[in-house]
Amino acid sequence: MVERVNITIDGKAVSVPEDMTILAAAEGEDIKIPSLCFYWGVNDCGACRICCVELEGSDQLVASCNNRVYEGMSVKTDTDKVRRTRYTNLELILSQHEVKCTSCVRSGYCQLQELANDMNMGELRFETSAEPFVWNTDIPVIRDASKCIKCMRCVHVCDHEHQAVGIWDLKNRASRKTIGVSNNQVMEESPCTYCGQCIIHCPTGALRERDDIDAVLSDIANPDITTVIQIAPSVRAAWGEPLGLSHDQATVKLLAAALRRIGFDYIFDTDFSADLTIMEEGSEFIERFTHRDDYAWPMLTSCCPAWIRYIKGQHPDMIENLSTAKSPQGMLGPVIKTYWAEKMGIDAGNIRVISIMPCTAKKHEAAIPNLQDAGFGPDTDYALTVREIDRLIKSSFIDCSTLQEEELDSPLGIGTGAAVIFGATGGVMEAALRTAYKLVAGENPDPDAFFEVRGLDGWKEAQYEINGLVVRVAIASGLANAEKLIQAIKAGEVEYDFVEVMSCPGGCVNGGGQPISTSLARAFVRGEVLYGLDKKSEYRFSHENPSITQVYEEYFGAPLSERSHHLLHTDHHGWVMPSNGK
Amino acid sequence: MQVLEVSDPKQAKKLVEQMYEDLERRIAASTANCPVEFTAILVKMLNTQSCGKCTSCRIGLKQLGVLIDKVLDGKAEPKDLDTIEELAKTVYLSADCAIGYEGGAQALRSITAFKDDYLYHIKHNNCGVQFASPVPCVSGCPAGVDVPGYLALTVAGKYADAVHLIRKDNPFAAACAMVCEHPCEFVCRRGMIDDPINIRAIKRYAIDRSTDEQAPAKAESTGKKVAVIGGGPAGVSAAYWLACMGHEPTIFEQRKQLGGMLRYGIPSYRLPRERLDSEIAYLASAGIEVKTDIAVGKDISFEAIRQDFDAVYVAIGAHSDNKLGLENEDADGVMSAVELLRLVGDNELPDFTDKSVVVVGGGNVAIDCARTALRLGAKSAKIVYRRRRSDMTALPAEIDAALSEGCSLLDLNAPVEIKVEDGKVCGLTVQQQIVSTVSNGRAQVKAAQDTPQTLSCDLILVAIGQKIDSQAFADSGFGVNRGCLVTADDSSVVGLEGVFAGGECTTGPASAIAAIASAKTAVKAIDTYLGYNHVITFGGDIPAALAKPKPYCGRTNTYETISHELAGDFSVTEKGLSEEEAVQEIGRCLRCDHFGPGALRGGRNLSW
Repeated sequence: MVERVNITIDGKAVSVPEDMTILAAAEGEDIKIPSLCFYWGVNDCGACRICCVELEGSDQLVASCNNRVYEGMSVKTDTDKVRRTRYTNLELILSQHEVKCTSCVRSGYCQLQELANDMNMGELRFETSAEPFVWNTDIPVIRDASKCIKCMRCVHVCDHEHQAVGIWDLKNRASRKTIGVSNNQVMEESPCTYCGQCIIHCPTGALRERDDIDAVLSDIANPDITTVIQIAPSVRAAWGEPLGLSHDQATVKLLAAALRRIGFDYIFDTDFSADLTIMEEGSEFIERFTHRDDYAWPMLTSCCPAWIRYIKGQHPDMIENLSTAKSPQGMLGPVIKTYWAEKMGIDAGNIRVISIMPCTAKKHEAAIPNLQDAGFGPDTDYALTVREIDRLIKSSFIDCSTLQEEELDSPLGIGTGAAVIFGATGGVMEAALRTAYKLVAGENPDPDAFFEVRGLDGWKEAQYEINGLVVRVAIASGLANAEKLIQAIKAGEVEYDFVEVMSCPGGCVNGGGQPISTSLARAFVRGEVLYGLDKKSEYRFSHENPSITQVYEEYFGAPLSERSHHLLHTDHHGWVMPSNGK
Repeated sequence: MQVLEVSDPKQAKKLVEQMYEDLERRIAASTANCPVEFTAILVKMLNTQSCGKCTSCRIGLKQLGVLIDKVLDGKAEPKDLDTIEELAKTVYLSADCAIGYEGGAQALRSITAFKDDYLYHIKHNNCGVQFASPVPCVSGCPAGVDVPGYLALTVAGKYADAVHLIRKDNPFAAACAMVCEHPCEFVCRRGMIDDPINIRAIKRYAIDRSTDEQAPAKAESTGKKVAVIGGGPAGVSAAYWLACMGHEPTIFEQRKQLGGMLRYGIPSYRLPRERLDSEIAYLASAGIEVKTDIAVGKDISFEAIRQDFDAVYVAIGAHSDNKLGLENEDADGVMSAVELLRLVGDNELPDFTDKSVVVVGGGNVAIDCARTALRLGAKSAKIVYRRRRSDMTALPAEIDAALSEGCSLLDLNAPVEIKVEDGKVCGLTVQQQIVSTVSNGRAQVKAAQDTPQTLSCDLILVAIGQKIDSQAFADSGFGVNRGCLVTADDSSVVGLEGVFAGGECTTGPASAIAAIASAKTAVKAIDTYLGYNHVITFGGDIPAALAKPKPYCGRTNTYETISHELAGDFSVTEKGLSEEEAVQEIGRCLRCDHFGPGALRGGRNLSW
């Protein structure tokens, strides 16, 4: 039971719980204290000194983001002293920030820009100089040091409490203090998972994804090239946010209409290949489960490329536990460049497969050297984040609110409700269980029978009995939770048969490639969109997807067939991941 | 032109002097920063003192600053270090006055001693200096005790939790509350404002009030047996932690009781025996087997122990005494400090009634001997030290207490002859010294031209340092360097698998807290060697730091109750803090675990 204390904010007496910060207490009274580095649940180190307030009895100001209220405390949030101090601190921050708003990817939703506007920032009184921008811009995650304001959010979000990789670390001291890749590594040789959580937590344009829009536009403009774009499940939960569309408006069919305006030739749904993943991964699980002694346990999902990088970098002894099934993105590319190309009579060498992903690690996955199984270069040519596709729509001057929904192309444009929920934590597990049940029991379960695996808890577990077989499953999202789960498995504290991991907390709906939103409810709200779509889907079982039936009949034969193995499965040992030396 | 000015301490001058004082205090309260960065700022500051006459000082110091900045900015190349070195040398060799040449010498010392740090900056554009903790007191404590945490628990009245939190990193919470040399206080950030917090006194305040201590938390038994040779602070700490981890430690102690120098080096008026006994009993309750009166190398061979145990930790301390090297040193009436304090430690009190005692030495042990002598009935206790009082390694407060109790101090006097009559000591002849040149930062002394004088006395106590009885271990294959047992950084003994060593036998005489810290390192290594990864954890909550006004406030010191009727009185002399004093003193804590760099990444480790 938390005690309540009596405090005074701007002359107003209030009673608040004693574990509240000044900032939260003020917010409860509709008093807005501006803040910059603070990020709820991630960063409260009080670095920026913007949220400072006046404390009665003290000449000095205190940060409101990380100081708790106490009985008798009296604070003033908007005095002349406070305003002038905040203003000067913001000027200091700007004096070391490369202010290039017009050409900055974050312009329009940059927290620093917004704060400077709100605080009526005028001409700076200080000499300006920014750190130089030195980075390999070919990798998926790019850090522009000239825009870094040393808020420390990236350091904390990559730390043991959240993403548990610790790629970002403090570097140098005093006025030269900055952020760098830990242990003096260079990024491309580090065990970074490219999950992109640092990007969606960065308040400025200092962290961003590699922008592949230009290359895609060149392909669209080339008449000899057939562009095929696929839309990942979670994209439909968020793509309209930066365009001012409601979740109801921003359907996948509206996105299809926009993509056709931009000039993409064919629009497919990654939901289709998510269903394909379930067929392959579900069958693989049953194969492993019925030949227990031949495999390492538990089986781990393989659809999250950041998770694969995590396992390869931190727990290379568990690579064998990963399902060999490719991710939905990884499956659709080779299906397009083989089955579909043959069917359409298009030279696969002239096809460019582009994907819209909630993810920065998918850019890395697209470039994995042994994911070229179709034989025509990379199976996936470009993986765009949702942010990039939104920028592409904007720069094409398309007003989505004036568009009518359009169907996706067939046959690779059809997906089930089971595939849609891939975008939320627990979704892959639920979809797999729905089909595994059918494979074992011979009949469909209630599609909502496995509801225990839903929800935003970082580590969930459940146990199901299917025809006398007991399957123990666990789901983790957020790499720190995954790490705890792995440690518990290694220590023998828990035993599971099948484990789903999504690197981003809440799953792909909160992915590092999604539109940047400071709403803390984003993972929940977007997840609800997906579960709502599942509920009203015509098909809710991957094995009932008519296109899946068709593609097996016409091309693959059956799950785990030789052709499946060649095109839909991969060898995770086939490429080198920098390890952290553990 | 005005050549003379009436001295008039104007306000401005006072203010500048105040600024110098503030700077001094700030530097004193700083943990060792990056030597490169510090040198950069130092040469710039020294440059401001230059009158500007001489080239090498006026321009040289400035260019040094520019070059070192280049290193710090990651823009230098290794060859720039040669330029820096040559430039510093030039300033040192050719400036006309101390402002210049001393500045050059300081820069030269920095570039020579810290070349690796300069190179690290050049190679990585990063600073290689790492701190154990961003919290200065925690970083300053060799064992890394969570000082802000236990201060907060103490002021919240959670004394038992405070003691538990201390024991996580330092099992000898009660002993250190009385005798710790408190290196934490030297770097206390409060010193930047006024004075460091009296941390040790607060620890004692918590200990004095902690009653309901629960039994040590123990992990599941591993069945692994670990021999601990030596029952001092390092040995007992290691055994305690090993027992908490579920291992089975056995301590082999050559004396009658456990405690090492805490018992056989520190008299009970500083560390009451009942406190030490109850603390050791508590630690042993974790599950330590104790074998006393057994000397390894004599009563049992090291090899036999190694045979019987899964791992061995050697922490035999530094218990053998240094000799004066004078004739008649074995005469009746010459006694070593080690011998005296050992007798007192076992409560076998010799009778010094009406004796005149001379103590030779300048460390805490010399002070302890003198004060003990008075308690054993001596009519006088004179401390003879060959350097200056300010050079004494004894804590100033200890020296003050000894003098207040009636001891006298004869500094700048070196013993030259022990006078004997009928085989018994009758005096010590001492030679007056004068201060001489500085070597290794310490002023040396040399004999003055005066004639030596003889102090008549019945007893001479020799307290000029201890050394390690390492021969038996050298014979068993340990590496020995200057008498100290040699270990790797993780405290393992190279060439002897499963054998570890630590404490004063590996460092030479140091402090209890340093010995305890080395036990922590060894325990981690032993646990890993045995195939485990146990953690020692504090399970409680630390009260949140509150943003409160920080008015200037002086430091509350403890004081010694001075008695002139000392004979037979071994009761504790230090008076602990009152509640009023403790609350005020804890209120001065700046909570560096929450404010400043401590706010990064959580600020504390609740387990290790």
